[in-house]
Amino acid sequence: MSIDLAQFHETFFEESFEGLDVMESGLLELEQGEVDLENINTIFRSAHSIKGGSGTFGFTAVADFTHDMETLLDQMRNGDRQVTADIVNVLLGCVDTLRSMLTAIKDKEDVDVTAVAEMSAKLQAILNGEVVHDGAPGEQVNDTVVTSKEQSTGDGWNICFTPFQDIMKTGNDTVRLIRELRELAQESEVEAITDNLPALEEIDPEGSYISWNIRLYGQDINEEEIREVFAWVDDECELEIKPLVVGAAYTGPERRDDSRRQEDAPDRRSTDRRSKASESSSIRVNISKVDELINMVGELVITQSMLSQFGDDEFNEQHLERLKDGLSQLESHTRELQESVMRIRMMPISFAFQRFPRLVHDLSTQFGKKIELVMSGENTELDKTVLEKIGDPLVHLVRNSLDHGIESPESRINAGKSETGVIELKAYHQGGNIVIEIRDDGAGLNKEKILTKARDNNLIGNDERLSDEQIYDLIFRPGFSTADVISDVSGRGVGMDVVRRNIRELGGAVDVASSPGEGSVFTIRLPLTLAILDGQLVGIGDETYILPVISIVESLQVREENINAVAGNAEVYRLREEYIPIVRLYQIFDIQPASEKLSDGLLVVVEAEGKKIAIFVDDLLGQQQVVIKSLETNFRKVEGVSGATILGNGTVSLIIDIAGLIELYQNDIAGLAPSVKGAA
Amino acid sequence: MASILAVDDSSSMRQMVSFTLKGAGYQVTEAADGQEALNKAKAQQFDLIITDVNMPVMDGITFIRHLRGEANYRFTPMLMLTTESAADKKAEGKAAGATGWIVKPFNPDQLLNTIKKVLR
Amino acid sequence: MSEIAEEIEHQEIANEYKELLTFFLAGEEYGVDILRVQEIKGWDTVTNIPNTPEYIRGVINIRGSIVPIIDMRLRFNLEKRDYDATTVVIVLNVMRGNKESRTMGIVVDAVSDVYNIPLDDVKASPDFGTAVDTEFVTGLATVNEKMIIVLDIDHMLNAAELEVIDTISE
Repeated sequence: MSIDLAQFHETFFEESFEGLDVMESGLLELEQGEVDLENINTIFRSAHSIKGGSGTFGFTAVADFTHDMETLLDQMRNGDRQVTADIVNVLLGCVDTLRSMLTAIKDKEDVDVTAVAEMSAKLQAILNGEVVHDGAPGEQVNDTVVTSKEQSTGDGWNICFTPFQDIMKTGNDTVRLIRELRELAQESEVEAITDNLPALEEIDPEGSYISWNIRLYGQDINEEEIREVFAWVDDECELEIKPLVVGAAYTGPERRDDSRRQEDAPDRRSTDRRSKASESSSIRVNISKVDELINMVGELVITQSMLSQFGDDEFNEQHLERLKDGLSQLESHTRELQESVMRIRMMPISFAFQRFPRLVHDLSTQFGKKIELVMSGENTELDKTVLEKIGDPLVHLVRNSLDHGIESPESRINAGKSETGVIELKAYHQGGNIVIEIRDDGAGLNKEKILTKARDNNLIGNDERLSDEQIYDLIFRPGFSTADVISDVSGRGVGMDVVRRNIRELGGAVDVASSPGEGSVFTIRLPLTLAILDGQLVGIGDETYILPVISIVESLQVREENINAVAGNAEVYRLREEYIPIVRLYQIFDIQPASEKLSDGLLVVVEAEGKKIAIFVDDLLGQQQVVIKSLETNFRKVEGVSGATILGNGTVSLIIDIAGLIELYQNDIAGLAPSVKGAA
Repeated sequence: MASILAVDDSSSMRQMVSFTLKGAGYQVTEAADGQEALNKAKAQQFDLIITDVNMPVMDGITFIRHLRGEANYRFTPMLMLTTESAADKKAEGKAAGATGWIVKPFNPDQLLNTIKKVLR
Repeated sequence: MSEIAEEIEHQEIANEYKELLTFFLAGEEYGVDILRVQEIKGWDTVTNIPNTPEYIRGVINIRGSIVPIIDMRLRFNLEKRDYDATTVVIVLNVMRGNKESRTMGIVVDAVSDVYNIPLDDVKASPDFGTAVDTEFVTGLATVNEKMIIVLDIDHMLNAAELEVIDTISE
């Protein structure tokens, strides 16, 4: 029977990676000195599952590697080995090694054999070091090796088998055993010895009292095969196996291993070949979400059948009211269905957070800093696509806080703070957005250093005056890096500008607030999903544009006296104590407005990344949820536009990218043409 | 047709065992831990139990001990899935009433061969 | 539209033949591979895309997809002409590389006909004085004494400004 094991690989990898995460967080808990047996057990179980699965699915290297881990964990579990920081660190290293091995295998790449060997050596060193009870594992193999010296090339075997009375109580069956034995030989004899049969009244009907003498005739039966038959009942019987003719041809203990290897090899080749086609990206969905969806579809079907009845009879005015009801039901069901489908893509942010305990642990060791990581809001859900893409920017920000934010223990003590720094990762929903904060209680951003750096790199003019927010925001400019010494962590050529760009690509924004001596907070705002958006429709001339509701601060009627012209053609609007640049969108987009007079229209104040602008529009047209469509599918990216949507009347409307628009505007007033796109 | 209860917390192993057995014509019910398995075994009579040892909630050995105590499972073959090194586990399992074991790693053929021994 | 569809059905499809949909642009007749034609629509309002060349008229909604519309007269610097009753948008599947396909629409003066032309009859284009850059011309074909300029739409619609900026944004 041939079964394609490759079909189970995806599940195996998925659960193995989950298992590794479980091991990691368990180990990190151990590291904090809480030796909890249930925790060690959980770690052990994960290792054990990976070992079992990898062996079964032919990933022998993984199985071998995990075997040693498991041995060590078993000793810890049994209390035979003290849990020390060293051991935990080595095990954490093993988790990494395993993860990279599995990733390599999954991606059909070569496993880094040297790295595996190194880690393996470390494990061995611990195992061989202070061995307490190393007896149990491997003992059995030795046994069989010794006994297999007596190989028969003679005429067969004589087996004397005396089962204990209770043998059947484990579900074993002497008849089955004898049947199996006889299958080994071409010819056999079985003799029942009833000497021990008690008197009838003493017989337990479920007991076994008969001994058996079995003679197997054949040249090529070896003792091991026979012992194999009795393997399960080893401790439930007396067993004597003697060659019928003593032929002591010694074939050596390797033979068993050889035959096993031969069995393994073709299996592995075939599974590897088959697994090629099995890659796909899947999503794990909570069953309740699916049920919700099914309910919703049920409702929809009911509404549909109700509506279709109108088609059956003559339509008259009495039907009108019911038709309206039906349509409004249809509308609400459709909306609910859309929301439910969206929810399927939602996953808790813990998937992105879970790597941080480890990261912080490793980095704080590396930097000699003491850091406590506090996480909250791990169950906050966001779209899977957003989740997958937010990981790297988050890692970068946390590394940054650890490297530049938190001071060394000495300087903290000198500054009168606790020796241990705190990094806080927090996620929560706000409006239609998810907000992620990365907060540290370190030294805060150094304004002077940032200004000097920015001037050196010509990011700002020498006599330019900037507010604190503007200064802090400079760190997100391309070509800016504050690290005095390029450290391993921050000097990877990835700057804050890349972090901001990545977040913007997700339709989000990032900004920073800081206060000297008290620390900094990076705040990331992201849309919950990349598929829908709460939009404010605005009209300019014949065009309808969509502004993300989340970016809108307020909309206002223009009061002439609040308009100020500054330096040439730039205009600002005074709103309470603030001066906000007025952006005439029709100019930037080169279209014809209904009126160029500000007092004829409205200003919509929007905010992105701490900057505010007031967009001049003819009219506000109402708010609605819109489905985001990409312009890039058939066309290309357009500056100042994040996408498009299709309105109720079938026409296309562009969605404004506020951060991009602010940039366009700034380039515009700086006298730069808004990047001309190819000459016609 | 013989019905088999396959218990393992690893879903890939469970899938593999179950797929293999179904392919050979057995009826297979799956359970992810000992407690779930015990509930299922009490609700329906199985001809063979195959269980992993290390599982959350209730481990395989405890499961076997409980199930062997049930009147209609006194002689039902119960096999543990164990790894080679776990000699003490085998003994512990036997003491709890396990019929035998299948050593991991195994391939589908090995699994079927072993099962043919106990189910006939 | 339905006439054309009927004609297409009646055309014999053979390997050595190529079916062309032809259209008029400033008095000349051009042909595109009919297999690339998704549909033909009358001119309708489009949504402007800011900061793009004038010949990119904007985008429209075709069954939920956002499709850019390119004015061929403007594209080839021909004299502007007001859109009228014969003006149509030919919606094409444009291949980028070997696999990826984009949907784009071109605005032309009028649709002419569908011809089944033996491949051998498509001659390499000499450097002659048509309005269209020879770069985008696959060849010339003659049908009923008329010359048809066969366009390489993939090359034409992926060219220059569409393509370049696209690579930057990726």
